[in-house]
Amino acid sequence: MHLPTFFRGGLVSPFSLRKLGVLGMNARNVHYIARYNDRDKYPIVDDKLNTKRQAKRYRIPVPELIAAFETQPSRKRVMEVIEPLEKFVIKPARGSGGKGILVIVGRDGDEYRKPSGSKVTALDIQRHVSNIHSGLYSLGGKPDRVMIEALVDFDPVFDKYSFEGVPDIRVIVFRGYPVMAMLRCSTHDSDGKANLHQGAVGVGVDLATGKAAHAVQRGMRVEIHPDTQMPFADLEVPDWKELVRLAASCYEMTGLGYLGCDIVLDRKRGPLLLEANARPGLAIQIANGVGLRTRLEHIEGMDLEKLEKNVDERVAYSMDYFAAKPLAL
Amino acid sequence: MSPRAQVYILAAILALMGAGLTIYKNVELGFPLLPGEYRTVWTIEAKVRFNADSGPAKAALTLPREQRNMEVLGETFSSSGYGFNIISEDDEYRAVWAKRQASGVQSLFYQLDVHQTPGAALEQPLDLSTEVVKPLLSAAEQEAVRQAIYSLVGSARERSSDTSTFTSELLTALSDNRNQDSNLIFGYYKNRSYVDVALLVLAAADIPAHRIRGLYLEDDRRRLDPEDLLEIYDGERWIVFEPQSGSPGVPKNFFIWQRGGKSLLDVEGGRNSGVTFSVISNDVPARDVAMLSTSQEKEALVDFSIYSLPIEQQSIFKLILLVPVGALVVVLLRVFVGLRTSGTFMPVLLAIAFIETQLFTGLAIFVLILILGLWIRFYLSRLNLLLVARIAAVVVTVVILMGAISVVSYKLGIEQALTVTFFPMIILAWTIERMSIVWEEDGPYEVVVQAGGSLLVAVIAWWVMTNRYIEHWTFNFPELLLVLLGFIMIVGNYTGYRLGELARFRQLVR
Repeated sequence: MHLPTFFRGGLVSPFSLRKLGVLGMNARNVHYIARYNDRDKYPIVDDKLNTKRQAKRYRIPVPELIAAFETQPSRKRVMEVIEPLEKFVIKPARGSGGKGILVIVGRDGDEYRKPSGSKVTALDIQRHVSNIHSGLYSLGGKPDRVMIEALVDFDPVFDKYSFEGVPDIRVIVFRGYPVMAMLRCSTHDSDGKANLHQGAVGVGVDLATGKAAHAVQRGMRVEIHPDTQMPFADLEVPDWKELVRLAASCYEMTGLGYLGCDIVLDRKRGPLLLEANARPGLAIQIANGVGLRTRLEHIEGMDLEKLEKNVDERVAYSMDYFAAKPLAL
Repeated sequence: MSPRAQVYILAAILALMGAGLTIYKNVELGFPLLPGEYRTVWTIEAKVRFNADSGPAKAALTLPREQRNMEVLGETFSSSGYGFNIISEDDEYRAVWAKRQASGVQSLFYQLDVHQTPGAALEQPLDLSTEVVKPLLSAAEQEAVRQAIYSLVGSARERSSDTSTFTSELLTALSDNRNQDSNLIFGYYKNRSYVDVALLVLAAADIPAHRIRGLYLEDDRRRLDPEDLLEIYDGERWIVFEPQSGSPGVPKNFFIWQRGGKSLLDVEGGRNSGVTFSVISNDVPARDVAMLSTSQEKEALVDFSIYSLPIEQQSIFKLILLVPVGALVVVLLRVFVGLRTSGTFMPVLLAIAFIETQLFTGLAIFVLILILGLWIRFYLSRLNLLLVARIAAVVVTVVILMGAISVVSYKLGIEQALTVTFFPMIILAWTIERMSIVWEEDGPYEVVVQAGGSLLVAVIAWWVMTNRYIEHWTFNFPELLLVLLGFIMIVGNYTGYRLGELARFRQLVR
């Protein structure tokens, strides 16, 4: 959290948050994660290689995996794999919170170019791979595996809304029902990263239409992207229904009741599942200006055992029921 | 049963167990609830003296029996050259010193430490004969005395309703030196002590009675002779009277040495024997008193506890028992406030180091090592080392830094900085490594936030852990950990908002 914004404006009463149905961290942990997410399902989402494998089984599109190294690879093997590639992503299989992800968007002779324009050398890449293997980015410092993934050919629709980085869409899926969505746009402040607490803009997306409903940066309401000056009111995610359907089908794939799905839009392949998260954060409420709790409680109140709905029915229900109130920007 | 209900029931059981044990230890075993409580311990020394007749000598001294308002903490005997034994005789304990050849003045000592337990009364069954031996008051010249005695008894009987009030009346009249009957009696029994005369008059009134020997406990008294109380039988139980005033009950601070029965001291093979007492009081920490009195009775609760460990291990445990308190602080700050720290329980380890180093020295050393370590770590990262090797290099660097800080500060005369060794090195090295990653990925601002958060939590934990009440409770009542455990379980059930969230989500309200 950014301290100046934290202290500016003071506190609000817990009763007013409760009235608005805002979900707090403690309630999330006790009521939703502990209750609906079985421990034995965690490896499916905590290890991105497992996620990919499972996604393949359920025919959920994901970015193409180029190579994965189970053991500490010789530096030569890594270089052999990336040698013919112009664009690629190196990431740890068990990294959390986007840590340890290295994105290369081009080459300049011997050097590799990052989205921000800065250069890294082959030696830097080897060191990064070695760090991942030693478990620097994994939970508890366990030895980790390295993934080399094809860089998604991002749909240009978001080019005007993202600065030096790639936008992704997070959808919260509860017991198979999509309940809330947001688009995370990187900014100059966030250094090309889509992390809200680093200054990325969170844009709440209306589940019914895929249109932007609300946007915030560092907890403050914004109308336009701070770097590109584009108004968010015009933003509309293409292929929206397809994207929500993909997110909802992650429920069957992972078996997790409370789930966050990170999805990117590929120019040709459409929505791709980037990763799934068993402990999705709560910033999505700020991005939407709406509390999660009332929505979750609505789903909890339904008699799901009797209903046994399929993905399309669930998506239709959510899109209808959780449509944004027409207050718009 | 829902998990939530289970948590509450389990927490309640744990808390009740812990609180129950604590109350038991406080009330029954006398462990003080607050630190710094002192109790008065009386050291009573009995000195037996006699002139030996150059032959075998034997001295037997009646020892005090256990009594409910006095707790005997320890006893010592000193008897140079004498054989020593404690024998039990007619429900009494007697110390017996014996020697084959003894001549000249002999001194034998018996010393005991007692502690007065407040409130407890004397009453304990006494198995003594209630038979009354009527005094011989028949000779002609005793006529006047006999008249006086029966007149005293008669007037006391008129002014009383039962044995107890009768005895009171009788003793007041007897000690009143304006009473002619009493003056006449004491005039006749010139060579008898007051209590002997009182016993005689009581026998004449047909009341079973005996003397109680004991001491008034007052600080710094030497060469005291034992003092006497009277105990009479009212047909159901024995009642103690102060012989001069005639008031019932054992006076405050009176330590009973012997109740009824035989002589206090018997000496064979010696003359001019006597026993004198001296008394001193010391103020001893209440916990030590509790420890002494319970260790004698081998209370299981104390025996199977930390106190049975060697002192060195005890002092380690003193620190270890504080760790749960530190953990509680972390839990509270995480669940109710939402402070972010680097490593969940790293602040507790830091707080323990601060306890050893003192707060400000500790803070200064920690920040110094962190800055130097980060600086060196940035250089190391350019050398393309493997992670484990790099962290090992940071560990070595941290050790060298610690050594350097110690030596330099010692030369400069800052002895405080020598406590740098109390910091856990591996933890410091890992912290440096994590912080440098945070620096690279999230920027120096995030490093300051996380390190600041960790230090803030560590300082709060340190502050709580060094509280003298907390120290006292964790060490003397480790069973309170059960209460703490129950409390942590209940906190773990809290699903309300964190303080941080009241700020974080404020835009949603407005």
